Amino acid sequence: MSELTGLTLKAALEGMAKGDFSSEEITKAHLAAIEASRPLNAYVVETPEKAIQMAQASDARRARGEAGPLEGAPLGIKDLFCTKGVQSTAGSMILRGFEPAYESTVTSQLWRDGGVMLGKLNMDEFAMGSSNETSAWGPVANPWRARGSNANLTPGGSSGGSAAAVAADLCLGATATDTGGSIRQPAAFTGTVGIKPTYGRCSRWGIVAFASSLDQAGPMARTVEDTALLLTSMSGHDPKDSTSLPIEVPDFASFCGKSVKGLRIGIPKEYRVDGMPPEIEKLWEQGIAWLKDAGCEIVEVSLPHTKYALPAYYIIAPAEASSNLARYDGMRYGLRVDGANLTETYEQTRAQGFGAEVKRRILIGTYVLSAGYYDAYYLKALKVRRRIADDFDQAWKTCDALLTPTAPSAAFALGEKSDDPVAMYLNDIFTVTVNLAGLPGMSVPAGVDAGGLPLGLQLIGRNLDEGTLFSLGSAIEKAADFRAKPQKWW
Amino acid sequence: MAIDAATVRKVARLARIAEPEEKLDQLATELSGILNWIEQLNEVDTDGVEPMTTAVHTTLPMRDDVVTDGGDPARVLGNAPKSANNFFVVPKVVE
Repeated sequence: MSELTGLTLKAALEGMAKGDFSSEEITKAHLAAIEASRPLNAYVVETPEKAIQMAQASDARRARGEAGPLEGAPLGIKDLFCTKGVQSTAGSMILRGFEPAYESTVTSQLWRDGGVMLGKLNMDEFAMGSSNETSAWGPVANPWRARGSNANLTPGGSSGGSAAAVAADLCLGATATDTGGSIRQPAAFTGTVGIKPTYGRCSRWGIVAFASSLDQAGPMARTVEDTALLLTSMSGHDPKDSTSLPIEVPDFASFCGKSVKGLRIGIPKEYRVDGMPPEIEKLWEQGIAWLKDAGCEIVEVSLPHTKYALPAYYIIAPAEASSNLARYDGMRYGLRVDGANLTETYEQTRAQGFGAEVKRRILIGTYVLSAGYYDAYYLKALKVRRRIADDFDQAWKTCDALLTPTAPSAAFALGEKSDDPVAMYLNDIFTVTVNLAGLPGMSVPAGVDAGGLPLGLQLIGRNLDEGTLFSLGSAIEKAADFRAKPQKWW
Repeated sequence: MAIDAATVRKVARLARIAEPEEKLDQLATELSGILNWIEQLNEVDTDGVEPMTTAVHTTLPMRDDVVTDGGDPARVLGNAPKSANNFFVVPKVVE
């Protein structure tokens, strides 16, 4: 059975097309692996009956000659996506028991193309976190441990469950979302591939909102090509999301393996931050050498406002969150804690339903939007956001894509940074600029540190130029030949 | 700018989150720490810069003003904490 769970998505699709095994067989192999993986806490809801039903329906479709592009592939779904009739909590107590009457656009497209749902994946509460520790259902443990250590490490966040499930072979691929780095940082921490596409590629309809101008769905998988296959299914215009772009979806997989000769790769000098571990510096140099060998031209570029991206993000994202999360009032769905009057009911419901980090961000957001502070904080941050986007526009005059590290460290221990919000926020230092500018960004596993923990490199592309990222990503993947797997301890 | 306990109390009230009195000082310290770190934005010259509210370069599309869904109270009320006779039940608002 283990051979079936270790396959790439591509190989699994080919195996089913050839009739080597059925969707029911590979789905059951994954369900058994999930059942044996509970110490990881990657899945918050397992849906074995639904999975087998979907797999059988998939096998029947294939028998009728109606196989879709993802026919029969068992997938994991981040708990931020609403799934019809299946508990969807966004990692929050306030949504415990919430069973949506509808399916998110992104997941409905995966099922349209033949995907099979294994269950819902753990995450930081409302996607607010970089370590999965803010989940109401407890943190996910990274399948990776440092050599010779039994300490549990964070899988990153907020898509920590997605990352851990992909790394531990508990699904062929997973959905995730990225508001400030929530796909790319966990991908780097778990030796997996993750891409946040251009803002507007994927519909946000049916995805629980965190910061609407930054939120974007994307896939995580074990190879660059697998993420391309998934992103092609997940993308596309949706009239139900007015920010989803009415444009054609390319066949992203067709860009994988394409020559990258002659592409100009920008190296942003502001990303050489103080205190960067030498191993990450070395990995970055290695990545530059690989792309040079593949025929790319390396150019130094400047993104002068980089250091202001995180502080701007920590105004904009909480401001949008405080507005989005106003809907959790205990009246129409979710938790209700009755008080002496309406206001007290609101206050008690939200006090008990939200965790500490979510409350902290709602308070910050409420503060920066309140009378007297709006111009000084919120408007200022929106102007800085423009400066950051302008930096990228300048860079695109001399290069076609950027190469940077994904995160400033390898996976850290659970509990290590949970007492210091700002230290935790700094995890997203290399990823958050991309969300502010709306650009596509990908993390590719590129090596391991001294303790044997995975490290990732980030590629950043022009607006809507995911294709170039898939070509460059597969060039790095080929050069890095990253085959390390976590040693099973769970 | 430092935030004091009174400001936290006011903001928590605006956000409709009950924060116990004994937690206000600690929250004030935490929020002040974050806001002090954010203050570095004042170093950026933003004179004449247009605020950026979205990364999408298109205007919002118009749609026909027609009813596309509805008439299904059971689905709408399916997750309600309290409901009766096809209505949400909410605390009394008017005394």
